[in-house]
Amino acid sequence: MSDIAVSQSADKVLDHFTLFRQPEYQALFERKKQEFEFGHPDEKVAEVSEWTKSAEYREKNFAREAVTINPTKACQPIGAMFAAQGFEGTLPFVHGSQGCVAYYRTHLTRHFKEPNSAVSSSMTEDAAVFGGLNNMIDGLANAYTLYKPKMIAVLTTCMAEVIGDDLGGFIVNAKNKESVPQDFPVPFAHTPAFVGSHITGYDNMMKGILSHFWDKAEQFDVPKTESINIIPGFDGYAVGNNRELKRIAQMFGIDVTILSDVSDNFDTPGDGEYRMYDGGTTLEATAAAKHAKATVTMQEYCTTQTLQFCKEKGQDVTKLNYPLGVGATDELLMKLAELSGKPVPDALRLERGRLVDAIADSHTYFHGKRFAVYGDPDFCLGMTRFLLELGAEPVHILSTSGSKKWEKQVKKVLEGSPFGKDGNAYGGKDLWHLRSLLFTEPVDYLIGNSYGKYLERDTKIPLIRLTYPIFDRHHHHRYPTWGYQGALNVMVRILDRIFEDLDAKTSVVGVTDISFDLVR
Amino acid sequence: MSNPGLRQIAFYGKGGIGKSTTSQNTLAALVEMDQKILIVGCDPKADSTRLILHAKAQDTVLHLAAEAGSVEDLELEDVVKIGYKNIKCVESGGPEPGVGCAGRGVITAINFLEENGAYDDVDYVSYDVLGDVVCGGFAMPIRENKAQEIYIVMSGEMMALYAANNISKGILKYANSGGVRLGGLICNERQTDKEIDLADALAKRLGTQLIHFVPRDNIVQHAELRRMTVIEYAPDSKQADEYRQLASKIHHNKGKGVIPTPISMEELEEMLMDFGIMKTEEQQLAELAAKEAAKASA
Repeated sequence: MSDIAVSQSADKVLDHFTLFRQPEYQALFERKKQEFEFGHPDEKVAEVSEWTKSAEYREKNFAREAVTINPTKACQPIGAMFAAQGFEGTLPFVHGSQGCVAYYRTHLTRHFKEPNSAVSSSMTEDAAVFGGLNNMIDGLANAYTLYKPKMIAVLTTCMAEVIGDDLGGFIVNAKNKESVPQDFPVPFAHTPAFVGSHITGYDNMMKGILSHFWDKAEQFDVPKTESINIIPGFDGYAVGNNRELKRIAQMFGIDVTILSDVSDNFDTPGDGEYRMYDGGTTLEATAAAKHAKATVTMQEYCTTQTLQFCKEKGQDVTKLNYPLGVGATDELLMKLAELSGKPVPDALRLERGRLVDAIADSHTYFHGKRFAVYGDPDFCLGMTRFLLELGAEPVHILSTSGSKKWEKQVKKVLEGSPFGKDGNAYGGKDLWHLRSLLFTEPVDYLIGNSYGKYLERDTKIPLIRLTYPIFDRHHHHRYPTWGYQGALNVMVRILDRIFEDLDAKTSVVGVTDISFDLVR
Repeated sequence: MSNPGLRQIAFYGKGGIGKSTTSQNTLAALVEMDQKILIVGCDPKADSTRLILHAKAQDTVLHLAAEAGSVEDLELEDVVKIGYKNIKCVESGGPEPGVGCAGRGVITAINFLEENGAYDDVDYVSYDVLGDVVCGGFAMPIRENKAQEIYIVMSGEMMALYAANNISKGILKYANSGGVRLGGLICNERQTDKEIDLADALAKRLGTQLIHFVPRDNIVQHAELRRMTVIEYAPDSKQADEYRQLASKIHHNKGKGVIPTPISMEELEEMLMDFGIMKTEEQQLAELAAKEAAKASA
């Protein structure tokens, strides 16, 4: 349109948030609204918006049955892919349609800022009608030839699950047709996206991979070793956390196998070499892990079936719930000491002391502060427990993947401290429920993932991003949240937000700046 | 599988052939042999356990799951009903005709039962599957680690033979990758020509055996109307003994299943011709010519 002045020019390039505020774009948006959108008048929108903040609306919102709005969960295949990518040279192979796989890859890439490799069997309408056996046969052959993996882990999308494709049978048939060598590892997991969530998918894939290596008959009667398995669970901070676990094990001097270690795969160096696969639990170590004396899961709800399977193999099993903070780290370390027979290293005792000191230094800023926490069931448990240790008050604890059993578990944690008396657990609820909670029973801070930024915008409650997915802040996943070091990181992140918030609220000269302190 | 002695069997066959009736009567007879039994009805009509429960099961797995919100919210006790002589009964349930996906319902139900340990304390699990193996869901019971022996209920009717052959194709497909085998054919008498010979011949062509020929007896209908098996309704009848024989044959058929050798449609038709049930084209032409000749001479 030649009669409109254009602000953008090659000499002075405007970023999109400046550009779209220029008069020609403002005029364009206004015209669109008037001539095409035909929405309700602004006053009506404001009125309804106000109503959604009321107690009356909250009641309706909590009676909601047939729609979920912004759940705190993703689908099974993402979790399964994440689990598979923590094994050496492993290519996730999604039996289903292509678009689904693009979504899983994008989701993980947006968080870890790393390329993410996975292939699909590219099922189309004819495969939906006739079954996906041929797609499996050709797909395995192509993936094996082109991408040279050491293992292919097969998972499924909804389409393959609805038509009931039999992965176990298909893989045997594909091997009989020489898609991959007979002894090439192709573990599998059925991961229907319409059941459970990414934590269920993680569990299914872990069990699938361990069953593949552990159910072989020739391994009977091998004595247990002194080794300890640790299963981290689905964790957005896996890069930092898995490295922290390895550091702790090294300080102890104990032999630990992290089952599914994505820390290198999701943090490849930019040195000019593209690594399709990097690091991960070696296949040899995975097979040997069967004979470990014990398995510790860092996230109970990510490993229900897998841990049961480990137990059936005669291992001592321990369930933790995202060990965050002093008490939870103590439990982890004392368990490792008990299992290995080795004392907790002095260096770790010092780290503990430093953490306790840091908490004591800052505790006045946590005291009386109300928090809402949302995310995966284990994260919520760990975070709630740490907030109580800090002297903060967890009020709303919400997880869409949370069950009745989880709610009870959270309540038990809350009952363990006087700061938990106002707290409540909301299993199976979503972020739109949380919005009502935040308006009717406000808190001071919100802890969750990037999706909470819409709640922050609506409620003006500052958001602290501490769990997967974090799309709009970079690199936090490289720092641990577990162990004493991790707890310190988490505390600093929360404190920074509290101080920024304090400064922002005291920054009007002559009005609020009596509290605009240099020293806090 | 936590229960190594467990026998998992499944009944397949053309719709309306009497799968549910035959299986329930047979299982009722197996109970008399002190076997602990779980019946898994894999039919959205949910009538696979009617004679054992003396009522049509309303609380199917999917029905209850829909009420509770999801399958994860169910407990095993909610879905397992106890019927005649402590036979445990479960119906997968599914959508009404024309909507949804019944096959997916079967998959969901069987996964639920396995995960919740429904198979731990029984000697037999019997799957009663609707009609033909039409999709992955209805093939669920013949996948690896599920039913090891399939019994096909059939009769001397052309389409029942055809269906039996078709189901064998399904079994063959899974037999190579898993452990499923064809246990044998059960012929429900329909009083067609040379029925027993035909059933026997088909069994031989499929590489299996005719495990039992169940004669037609109206007492089955009488029992069914009273929502009972013949074993319960008329334990001393001749028909009850027939089912006892069948049960005993199945009980002693452990490990004797085979990988079936299904035949082509042409071969099936040829077989019917050999028995003189279907006429060859030459025969038909000759008959036509004879008719014409008769007309002409008249």
